[in-house]
Amino acid sequence: MSKTFTGKPTSRRAFLRGTAAAAAGAITAGAAKAETPDPLITEVQPWANGFGDGVDATPYGLPIEYESDVIRRNVEWLTADTISSINFTPIHALDGTITPQGCAFERHHSGAIELSKQDYRLMINGMVDTPLIFTYADLERFPRENHVYFCECAANTGMEWAGAQLNGAQFTHGMIHNMEYTGVPLRTLLEEAGYDTAGKWIYVEGADASSNGRSIPMEKALDDVLVAFKANGEALRKEHGYPVRLVVPGWEGNMWIKWLRRIEVMEGPVESREETSKYTDTLADGISRKWTWAMDAKSVVTSPSPQSPITHGKGPLVITGLAWSGRGAIKRVDVSKDGGKTWETARLAKPGEKMALTRFYLDTEWDGEEMLLQSRAMDETGYVQPTKTQLREVRGENSIYHNNCIQTWWVRPNGEAENVEVS
Amino acid sequence: SPVLAEKFGLGRAALPEEIAAWNLDVSPDGSGLPEGSGDVLTGEEVFAEKCAACHGDFAEGVGNWPKLAGGQGTLADKDPLKTVGSYWPYLSTTWDYVNRSMPFGNAQSLTNDEVYAIVAYILYSNDLVDEDFELSRDTFLDVEMPNAEGFIVDDRIEAEHAIWTGEPCMENCKDSVEITMRALVLDVTPEEEGAEAEVVEPEPVEEAAAATEAPD
Repeated sequence: MSKTFTGKPTSRRAFLRGTAAAAAGAITAGAAKAETPDPLITEVQPWANGFGDGVDATPYGLPIEYESDVIRRNVEWLTADTISSINFTPIHALDGTITPQGCAFERHHSGAIELSKQDYRLMINGMVDTPLIFTYADLERFPRENHVYFCECAANTGMEWAGAQLNGAQFTHGMIHNMEYTGVPLRTLLEEAGYDTAGKWIYVEGADASSNGRSIPMEKALDDVLVAFKANGEALRKEHGYPVRLVVPGWEGNMWIKWLRRIEVMEGPVESREETSKYTDTLADGISRKWTWAMDAKSVVTSPSPQSPITHGKGPLVITGLAWSGRGAIKRVDVSKDGGKTWETARLAKPGEKMALTRFYLDTEWDGEEMLLQSRAMDETGYVQPTKTQLREVRGENSIYHNNCIQTWWVRPNGEAENVEVS
Repeated sequence: SPVLAEKFGLGRAALPEEIAAWNLDVSPDGSGLPEGSGDVLTGEEVFAEKCAACHGDFAEGVGNWPKLAGGQGTLADKDPLKTVGSYWPYLSTTWDYVNRSMPFGNAQSLTNDEVYAIVAYILYSNDLVDEDFELSRDTFLDVEMPNAEGFIVDDRIEAEHAIWTGEPCMENCKDSVEITMRALVLDVTPEEEGAEAEVVEPEPVEEAAAATEAPD
């Protein structure tokens, strides 16, 4: 295991102690009455009396120690080693839509390489008028755009095809991040090289040993693909492709080539390892879909969830989560508390944006009874997120990738939640 | 016919040596293959030295490392075994991927002849060629890959979106709801507290790993 958790998490045991305490002073309705004055108010606290840190203490800050459980996590048994592997964004603890880069998930095939801007080169070759080499500095001189997009690993939720397996939204849905990217449209670079219109595909690869080469149809390349060098306002993190990555809106994360070093204009697809052996989806009859690029509409309740239990007892409860679609904007999210018998339409924090995470809220009253929580996304094409049963009826259980099923959390009267499947 | 657009005059022309160094991809029709050749027996030696520690002497895989041989006829099984022989549609992919990205941790260290030989040995391990087979640009397209016809282009719009579009049910959508599966029964999620100290039970782990393929 590469990253070991050493902070102070909200453990299940601490949670249970917390609920026991809350239950002892159970509140039924309205604002609580205190019996004794709160010393946090009546006594002068050290932070109200002395100094905090000076402005020179932290040139580049990290979250406060009390948030040390909001971290990427690894699941050791998923892969043979940690070099060609995955970790998970702590979506259960985040809100809004922008993923902090420092805890945004990683997926590498030969590790996170270190490539300086000075050493960086980008080649465009193949069916072009003039094959070109760009330095990093060259790229910063092209006209730029800014866009927010989600990057979801094709394998997100993939471990759940055969059943309810991992207990937490971070593990079941955390192969995703959502950032504001700054970069140059790929179209601009292809035009600079003078691409041949007979070239129907591009092949893109990274500078790392795995290369992660993928074929992309020219239509998409000319549409909205970005060659990005900034995310959430700053340079890309090393593990996210510093100094330059490809951003492929709405399409599976594998195609978002990191440490991008070469773009080749071609007549046909390369049918590389990452689009034949991997990122192909086997159906029940043994036939496999290839080029399943778009990520379909999907959602998940992030709280309450197994890692984010209800600790406050009954009364007002915020049910919140994320929805997204690779085929356009999210138009609506419905939430069910009874395993899909009845649904209520949730409130979108902002109107959905194309191929970006959308935050939803259902502000509700919890009566303390168990719930089977679900969310169901709808996108602007009219597509409605399916159940796992519906997906299995079409695909069987061996697709590995593209599991966008409705997730169920079983919330028990003590506020704990568990990943379950329901009939 | 090159597209004529406004140019910024940024970048410089790539030199032939630079393109040759990076443009290594090989396509299904064999275009991109370099000169060279290698036979099965040579491949067996090279494989034993450079590949077998992870992939096994017979390409059958060691531990959790990928199996490169076997599994033919299993793709519709409950637990399909996907290898070069049982799953990969094109031989070009094997040549290209070995050449550019293997051995794991020491990529791009093989000569062209070594790659031809290793690929010949992987084919032999999958019972796709005889032991006197020599792979080269000339024999490349003679090899028949068993699952070459096993792929269809993404058909989700027709096969799925057509049935999952429209106003969904909001009330009385089903009579009853039963919990049919629970993650805590499987118990393979890393503990948040003292993750290193908690030893995950080995038996359910193997079961879980077998039940579903890891992201890779």
